[in-house]
Amino acid sequence: MAEAFAKLKESFIFNFIEGARWKYITNGLLVTLKVTFFALLLGIAIGVVVAMIRSSYDQTKDEMQPGFGKTLMTGLNNLARLYLTVIRGTPVVVQLLIGYFVIFVSTTNTVFVASMVFGINSGAYITEIIRGGIMSIDPGQFEAGRSIGFNYIQTMRHIIIPQAFKNVLPSLANEFIALLKETAVCGYIGLMDLTKGGDVIRGRTFSAFMPLIAVALIYLLLVIFFSWLIGKLERRLRSSER
Amino acid sequence: MKKILAMILCLAFCAVCLAGCGGSSAPAATAAPAAEAPAAAPAEAAKVLKVATNVAFPPYEYYENEKAVGIDVDIMQAICDKLGYTMELSDMEFGSIITAVAAGKVDVGFGAITITEERAKSVHFTTSYSTGIQSIIVKEDSTIAGVDDLAADGVKIGVQQDTTGDIYATDQFGEDHMARFNKGADAVQALITGKVDCVIIDNSPAETFVAQNEGLKILPTAYAEEAYGFELSYDNEPLYNEVNGALEALLADGTVQSIIDTYINAG
Repeated sequence: MAEAFAKLKESFIFNFIEGARWKYITNGLLVTLKVTFFALLLGIAIGVVVAMIRSSYDQTKDEMQPGFGKTLMTGLNNLARLYLTVIRGTPVVVQLLIGYFVIFVSTTNTVFVASMVFGINSGAYITEIIRGGIMSIDPGQFEAGRSIGFNYIQTMRHIIIPQAFKNVLPSLANEFIALLKETAVCGYIGLMDLTKGGDVIRGRTFSAFMPLIAVALIYLLLVIFFSWLIGKLERRLRSSER
Repeated sequence: MKKILAMILCLAFCAVCLAGCGGSSAPAATAAPAAEAPAAAPAEAAKVLKVATNVAFPPYEYYENEKAVGIDVDIMQAICDKLGYTMELSDMEFGSIITAVAAGKVDVGFGAITITEERAKSVHFTTSYSTGIQSIIVKEDSTIAGVDDLAADGVKIGVQQDTTGDIYATDQFGEDHMARFNKGADAVQALITGKVDCVIIDNSPAETFVAQNEGLKILPTAYAEEAYGFELSYDNEPLYNEVNGALEALLADGTVQSIIDTYINAG
């Protein structure tokens, strides 16, 4: 037992302490968090806008008068649907490579490219989550908002979105966790994220156990921490219900 | 109704399990035996040598007509032919090859892998069969003229992860200069699109990449010189002796040199 422990300790020192290899893990963790954070912001921004287009088109398309407004809404809605189809229909790794080698050719900032790609990707999923949330609110509430003099944006901001947000929080948290782990493919474009950091250590020490388990544990701890945080937020938002 | 459903699920699960078992023995890419005579004794067919490489390193290993070919692959095939093995090749990331050999996942690893002291702690290298130099590829209009220019601030060096180019350059220029890619070709692609300022890679693939892509050149100053070897696990001494013996015989009778010549000197 003691011998096994000593061996483990030796392996730990070899993999992380020697040559300051732990820096690959900490720097990688920072990159992973950065990419996830910016991707989430962008994703939520895209998600809210596209979800508003999609849901208001679906809810009002039958009553809309023909004219400029209807043409614009139909155009936007088709654009949104194209976006959703393309993004949800292709693997994120492929999108990442396209983003890196084809779309954002002139930039050398890999964190930026990864954040954009993951943000655009996540935006598609968040759109559908938020759309579900908006559709779950009774149309009567929207009508009530409009009848007391709110315009569309105000109704959305003060009445629909706050309620929808509470409803979608669990699915949103799910998407956030998925996003955090999806960024593990960043290594494809040469970005040193957490997974790639562990991989580099593995390539230097040729031992698989320590770096892989360490990386897995860090992801796990991150997810546990964020789940706990979101659970707290959920409980706080619930408190207004009683 | 529920029972029937449970039964179906059960069967489906079993089927998936069985399919999984069958699949695990078939690696991603199996190189077709190049020159296997149909008259070969059937008893020999059972001997399989599992090998691993990263098939993205021309001319040492690359795909041609959906088949892995190249200097390393052909030499390995010649060794297998000599010893009566069937080669079963799996294509994995460069950084995973040595780990896979050390862990006993595969019997032999190769891929223009330089013999270094660090690596020799984990795997048993055969006699060197070829040598290479690390070259620096830049764009034709690049201001980088030599190794010293790489240390300048903001210079990004593209490498294939875990290759000696990566290890040496990291040691010399530091983490901030490095951009690591899974394949050498990806690093070159990044150079073409201006993501990195230069690529450090073995000379032979460098020449292939420069020939395939316009606007690139190899700097006349080489970065490092090194020797390539095949690697086996320390746990299987008989196999090591067998493979190394066969390799030495092929080196002695000129087979290895003629394979290298077909790929490098004859274009």
